[in-house]
Amino acid sequence: MAEASPQLQQIQDRLGAKVLSLTEPRGDQVVALDRAGLRESFRLLKEDPELSFNFLSDITAVDYWHKQEPRFEVVYQLVSLQQRRRLRVRVAVPEGDAVVDSLTPLWRGANYLEREVWDLYGIRFSDHPDLRRILLYDEFVGHPLRKDYPVNQCQPRVPERHVDGTFVDERSRNKLLRLQKTLAKKN
Amino acid sequence: MKADTPELPHEIMELQMGPSHPATHGTIKFNLKLEGEKVLDCDVELGFLHRGFDKSCEQATWTQVIPYTDRLNYASSLINNVGYALAVEKLIGAETPPRCQYIRVIISELARLFDHLTCCGMAASELGAITVGFYMIEARELITRIIENLTGARLTVTYVRIGGLKHDLPEDFAERVTAAFTTIRKLLDDCDRLLSRNRIFLDRMANVGVISKESALDHSLTGPILRATGVDYDVRKAFPYLVYAKLDFEVPVGSHGDNYDRFLCRLGEIQQSMKIVEQALRQLPVGPVWIDDARFVLPEKEKVYGSIEGLMHHFKIIMEGIQVPAGETYSAVEGGNGELGFYIVSDGGGKPYRLRVRPPCFIAMGAFAEMIKGYMVADIVPTFGMMNMIGGECDR
Repeated sequence: MAEASPQLQQIQDRLGAKVLSLTEPRGDQVVALDRAGLRESFRLLKEDPELSFNFLSDITAVDYWHKQEPRFEVVYQLVSLQQRRRLRVRVAVPEGDAVVDSLTPLWRGANYLEREVWDLYGIRFSDHPDLRRILLYDEFVGHPLRKDYPVNQCQPRVPERHVDGTFVDERSRNKLLRLQKTLAKKN
Repeated sequence: MKADTPELPHEIMELQMGPSHPATHGTIKFNLKLEGEKVLDCDVELGFLHRGFDKSCEQATWTQVIPYTDRLNYASSLINNVGYALAVEKLIGAETPPRCQYIRVIISELARLFDHLTCCGMAASELGAITVGFYMIEARELITRIIENLTGARLTVTYVRIGGLKHDLPEDFAERVTAAFTTIRKLLDDCDRLLSRNRIFLDRMANVGVISKESALDHSLTGPILRATGVDYDVRKAFPYLVYAKLDFEVPVGSHGDNYDRFLCRLGEIQQSMKIVEQALRQLPVGPVWIDDARFVLPEKEKVYGSIEGLMHHFKIIMEGIQVPAGETYSAVEGGNGELGFYIVSDGGGKPYRLRVRPPCFIAMGAFAEMIKGYMVADIVPTFGMMNMIGGECDR
């Protein structure tokens, strides 16, 4: 590793073996952390009086399909409001075991952000209170921001949801079921 | 008497408010659990305007992404343009000339005026103060005409380019802006006299939709919603970009974290935005508005038809698109709703590998349930109005 600036070195000192790399691309400060014990690492980043990255700005993911192993990377943007510093944290996530610690116990704002990553990438967040799709409808098949999801992919037609006590158009539902049966018979 | 009263059955009523509702702006559904009028829980269902912004941007060239960014927070499309251009220019490692930076500040503030006037006007008119709504729409129309004169479009303008702007300001820009601001100040004065000591308005807005400072920080809120709780975080002051460090302006900060403070914060920001624009117009230097790099900026037409280098550069940029060096970066600007960040990953090609927008109002909707718990159904209208959820930014 090249000479890291003193601020990044501080993070290395506090987090020790969890830090996989420190980089400063274009003036940003970026830390790559180990996926194991992620919540503890973030708790240290948040609560340590010298680091004090108390504001979680963003959580997102990137799919490096065929470009690097492991396939996914979850990216966190942190801000220290007192010190007016930004920090980016990158956590590599393999495709086979796409699970990361949820940060909802530390920041409630992580709730919607992690739901979006689950929705669009299929990366699970353990101990998330309510991990379900947020931008897309529940019956959606697949995770569209993955690189192996084609742009012009069509989705299957879904029957109208049945909610107790509401009117469901039985004729259109029967028509759809008959259509699905005929298509299945053809194949 | 009490012993005779029968035990009435009661259950929690589940009511869905939205996605199209005359009093909520934007397509969003609230799955409410009500006890009479009181909201016990609110599950926000959004995504009705999800158009696949991230995926579409991966298929478009760096310049073709700019019209997509217009349509994020479509009430302040110039701020989205500027934010995106700044992020890409950070990856390129270029800094635009001073005139371009001042013009970007001016257009950002005009877009912020547009956004706040829409939000406050609509919020007031949803509560019944329709006159105030119309006055603010009239003020907004003056801004729209300035933007149309400058860029050619009223709403989604695509005015900013990577490495500069589409074209320089027109000759009479400063006079138009000064004339418009005189009228806007008069209109806002009228609105102030109609609303700020209005008993009905205060009853509906003050102490409604309260969120505490700690809760707001916990929910990653930014922008007027956070500043209304008392936290002084504005990206223009905390991480200055463009020429904001050279301009003298204040950031209005509230204290109660209720709707009324959010309203006052937005009105205060309108006044400050006008102040910033006037200062910037006075300090506006002469000079070019594009970076001096032929790899990213289209050459002038005279050079394209008159010299072989101009022709080659024009050809390369149009046919292949600009090639942004590989890397990743995060760059944030202060949008109308808060920190509007762009996280860009480039693989060195002509298209973005990953383009992520940090949507301030999407994150704010995560805090909405907490803001509305315990209040009445009628309080949803002003609370949601003052959050300024713009569907394009929330759902992308």
